[in-house]
Amino acid sequence: MSAPNRNVTHAMFAIQRTFPQSPARVFRAFADPKAKAKWFHGPAEEWSQETSEMDFRIGGRERSVGQLHSDAIPHVFNAIYQDIVADQRIVFSYDMEIGAQRISVSLTTIELSPEGEGTRMLFTEQGAYLDGYDDAGARERGTRGLLDQLARSLMD
Amino acid sequence: MLNNQMPLDLMFQALADPTRRAIVDRLSRGPASVSDLAKPLPMSLPAVVQHLQVLEQSGLVKTQKVGRVRTCTIDSGALSVAETWINERRLTWEHRFDRLGAFLDAEDAQGGTEG
Repeated sequence: MSAPNRNVTHAMFAIQRTFPQSPARVFRAFADPKAKAKWFHGPAEEWSQETSEMDFRIGGRERSVGQLHSDAIPHVFNAIYQDIVADQRIVFSYDMEIGAQRISVSLTTIELSPEGEGTRMLFTEQGAYLDGYDDAGARERGTRGLLDQLARSLMD
Repeated sequence: MLNNQMPLDLMFQALADPTRRAIVDRLSRGPASVSDLAKPLPMSLPAVVQHLQVLEQSGLVKTQKVGRVRTCTIDSGALSVAETWINERRLTWEHRFDRLGAFLDAEDAQGGTEG
């Protein structure tokens, strides 16, 4: 492997979703380890989950390790819960490692608010994206695949 | 710094339209003139030109006029490595939330958890 090109990109992105279920139900899907394990993992058919540990309280940690069948490189998610307000807000910081590369350190805020019978969720991630992505295969996958994914995600 | 926000938003907007996705798909196979691009599309040439302008503003497509022919190419450098990576992260979360929605619906179907 060549010497890594050291750099940091700071960025922020937000995702907004609405769910027909109540804020309490959506909150539980984040707070209950059994419920969270049902959806918080990589793409179902291409993913093996190896570790899922979480201690859902302020100061508690979460660790999730899994890998894609295609590359068998471990993806490690390490989080610390920084703020929890039941049914309303979850703030956690997390870092991501792919293989031996630490690729990002982020602060994530999930805000839940009632909308009719359901829930509006606002997810905001502010991150320092580290040089690791240079070796994480992102470049090889190329623009074409990304555009396909973008288009598909927009058609949902 | 929010410097990634704007180009990404423009790209998402540009790709939110099926005609523009068709143009990007065609250009990903190689450069084409505006009239070549317009031929298979069920719309007027000015309408196609408008779609191209949106794609150009998003940075996804470059156009260059040589003589009387305007040639369009996909700008594969538009997404920097960092943007590609951050966008992948965004998509990872989008897909997780798709699964979260499916999980909540499945709970409803099973008689649900009161909350």
